[in-house]
Amino acid sequence: MTAQLEAPHTTAAVEWHVVCPVAQLLRERGVAALVPGAGQVAVFRLADGSVRVVGNRDPFSGANVMSRGIVGTRAGSPTVASPMYKQVFDLVTGRCLDDEAVALPTYASRVHAGMVFVAVAAR
Amino acid sequence: MSTSSAPQPHGAPAHLVVVGNGMVGQRLVESLRARDESGRWRVTVLCEEPRPAYDRVALSSWFTGASEADLCLVPEGFYDGDPLLDLRVGESAVAVDRAARTVTTSTGAVVAYDALVLATGSYAFVPPIEGKDLPGAFVYRTIADLEEMRAHAAGRRVGAVVGGGLLGLEAANALLGLGLETHVVEFAPRLMAVQVDEGGGAVLRRHIERLGITVHAGTATAALRPGGDGSVARMEFADGNGIDTDLVVFAAGVRARDELARSSGLTVGPRGGVVVDSACRTEDPRVFAIGECACIDGGVYGLVAPGYAMAEVVADRLLDGASEFPGADLSTKLKLLGVDVASFGDAHAASPGALEVVYTDQVAGTYKKLVLSDDAQTLLGGVLVGDASAYPALRGLVGGPLPGTPEEVLVGTAELAGPTGNAVVCSCAGVTAGEITTAICEGGCADVPSLKSCTRAGTGCGSCVPLLKKMLADAGVQQSRGLCEHFPELNRADLFDIVRVRQVRTFSQLVREHGTGRGCDICKPVVASILASLGNGHILAGEQAALQDTNDHFLANIQKDGTYSVVPRIPGGEITPDKLIVIGEVARDFGLYTKITGGQRIDLFGARVEQLPAIWRRLVDAGFESGHAYGKSLRTVKSCVGSTWCRYGVQDSVGLAIDLELRYRGLRGPHKIKAGVSGCARECAEARSKDIGIIATEKGWNLYVGGNGGFTPRHAELLLSDLTTEELVRYVDRYLMYYVRTADRLQRTAAWVEALDGGIDHLRSVIVEDSLGICAELDAAMAAHVDGYADEWRAALDDPETLRRFASFVNAPGEPDRDIVFVVERDQPRPARPEERVLIGGPRLEVRK
Repeated sequence: MTAQLEAPHTTAAVEWHVVCPVAQLLRERGVAALVPGAGQVAVFRLADGSVRVVGNRDPFSGANVMSRGIVGTRAGSPTVASPMYKQVFDLVTGRCLDDEAVALPTYASRVHAGMVFVAVAAR
Repeated sequence: MSTSSAPQPHGAPAHLVVVGNGMVGQRLVESLRARDESGRWRVTVLCEEPRPAYDRVALSSWFTGASEADLCLVPEGFYDGDPLLDLRVGESAVAVDRAARTVTTSTGAVVAYDALVLATGSYAFVPPIEGKDLPGAFVYRTIADLEEMRAHAAGRRVGAVVGGGLLGLEAANALLGLGLETHVVEFAPRLMAVQVDEGGGAVLRRHIERLGITVHAGTATAALRPGGDGSVARMEFADGNGIDTDLVVFAAGVRARDELARSSGLTVGPRGGVVVDSACRTEDPRVFAIGECACIDGGVYGLVAPGYAMAEVVADRLLDGASEFPGADLSTKLKLLGVDVASFGDAHAASPGALEVVYTDQVAGTYKKLVLSDDAQTLLGGVLVGDASAYPALRGLVGGPLPGTPEEVLVGTAELAGPTGNAVVCSCAGVTAGEITTAICEGGCADVPSLKSCTRAGTGCGSCVPLLKKMLADAGVQQSRGLCEHFPELNRADLFDIVRVRQVRTFSQLVREHGTGRGCDICKPVVASILASLGNGHILAGEQAALQDTNDHFLANIQKDGTYSVVPRIPGGEITPDKLIVIGEVARDFGLYTKITGGQRIDLFGARVEQLPAIWRRLVDAGFESGHAYGKSLRTVKSCVGSTWCRYGVQDSVGLAIDLELRYRGLRGPHKIKAGVSGCARECAEARSKDIGIIATEKGWNLYVGGNGGFTPRHAELLLSDLTTEELVRYVDRYLMYYVRTADRLQRTAAWVEALDGGIDHLRSVIVEDSLGICAELDAAMAAHVDGYADEWRAALDDPETLRRFASFVNAPGEPDRDIVFVVERDQPRPARPEERVLIGGPRLEVRK
């Protein structure tokens, strides 16, 4: 699960964790993953093939469902809509676009050697 | 009877002794003094505390800067120089001799009385637990208590309150004011259990927790343990857990101080309190009792308002009046820790047959409940948490007829909502018509999404969205007919025609050629539905998978905790014993909650994503198929038992229902579609509340269309009469296909028929007389649907690629989501509520793999 050795850009402040092969991700769809230090994250592959990672917990319902939301865009920015009460979140900033007081945690990600990596702050 | 204690107007003043100078006792003295213009009464007040009456309700403000003088309730100079008033501070009553009509005080003085009023109030109840008398354990009752608490808290870190009621939360506020990390431990499963119900308690709890207070609900305090310095260091709970705390406040209720009455032989109530009649008089006509020490109508009231009412009654009676205690109005509205809480009337729906209407907005943190009489005509009471702005109006309506439907009362209606009105449009977020008008006229909001973002209106249950649209239209804002920002000029019917005529096969192609961006949760499911209606293979095949909302994506219905429910199709509601047993076995083996639906089938709740394939493997193997409860598609065809068994039935309603359900199963449309078939005019299948309602006649079938239950109920209208089965099927085919092609997104047939130019007559001309010349197309489209039907779940189980998506975690596919926690209620699992999750805490209930 942890694969710091092959992970890119591991620094003192950040640990990279391998999650899954990028080929396993449907475009414009998400999956949930367990990442040490971050708990449940939602990993999305966008239409352009890039990967975005946010927290999987929907702040409005408290359920771990963000990975099951519909991916889209709002004014050009990639978004995911909570499948529970439909609030839309910016996948780059994590910010909820329907309630500026709310945001999802965001995590850096990389695709390296066909694998998706997620960065969490080193503990 | 006449007031034997009342002196004659011309004689020397009689002597009233008031025992207690709390809020209620003080009120009596002030009221009597104001009314007694001829000076018939001389009053001696015994005040046990070292200071005269102060505002106990506002006690916690003492910690946030209010001085003793701020809290003092005695008007300046009230007792000074008035020959008829004698306030004895620091002197309490220790005995009453009713025969001699004297009171002995703590100084040894013996005071004779003509009338005696007991206003001794109450004391804090301290549960009989080990360590309750340790240094650091306090009650929350007097300014002296507060002084001791403050002295003890200096240099200490953590405080805990035993009791999550009104007083307990006040005490918690005090601990916050002292800068302590604060815990509230409540034995009941929710906060303020007396005033608010479960839903209100949950919302209140979220607010309280947001302030940094840790709530331990459903938790009994078992003991307090001392630390090295001999004062409280730890609180132990009955469940074996506990918390480290430096200070404990008992605020778990109060008990009437009725010891004077007991020792003088007066009757006390079963749970304490001096028993008085409606004049607040004890069995001794010269002795009255008021406030928290009185037991009136069998109750002891811990609120100040009933106490004040009693004080007024006694003041009047002492002057030969005939006032009676009007009964306690326990309505309360308070701001606890910054949170509005109100309850009024029959807040707990205790009246026989009482109905409850509840609105919750977890986002805004508001909870509103109306309690109505069994005919839903009369308001009996309610609970408001988070936003109590409606309290004054609603409280005024108690006992009277509702001025509209419960929705209208809480949501507000166009009529009530004038352009500058205070009428609440969105009761979930508490947004008034005036605020919305301002947002439109001055805030530049030109559509519903911007109104939502700007005012929060419509972000909760969504039932006010039509009203928001109407207000936009009324304000002259031209609303785009387009679906969303990605198809700003095209509605669902336009997209349907484009996809159909140009034979578009993918969303990507459609948005590239006819829209902008990459879509959203509005347009993607619409296009997915259109593609499915036009027969483009399995809904999870290829790019279509990314268009489906979560229900269609997992072929199940998401529930509040992120689990799913499973509904196998039971056509017409007819099921064999063997299949019933299979459903029971599957539910049992996977630990699912089962409930009979309104559509005559069985819903299995609590399945985690990774369990769905195994559940469906069992169901499919037993001959079940998808019930499409998750889709904007045909749900059920409900039926009565019909002529097969019923002595009144004139046609085989079950047989027709099954045929229709199997014909239209899997048909995707703008919204869900429900149907019903009744075997006679008694209409036991309630078919006229359905999109398609069929009622048997002696000669055949009557076809009704456009019915609806839900938020806006509508009876289906008669489209055609006395049809043969063959005719009926033909017209239903065309009706459904015409609807699928032309209705707007999420427009049920009821709204669609209403919006059709020409209404039902137009519909009849299109599908019977073929006025548009499209009937052959519609017939062919339905034939293609019927021929192309395949069970979505069977197909999913046969495709390993699709099955792989049913993983809880991409890197731990069988690992259950540990945040999904169930508790057992009525022998079945249900999601744990937030306060129960705290209790369950640490080791979770075992979840079945």
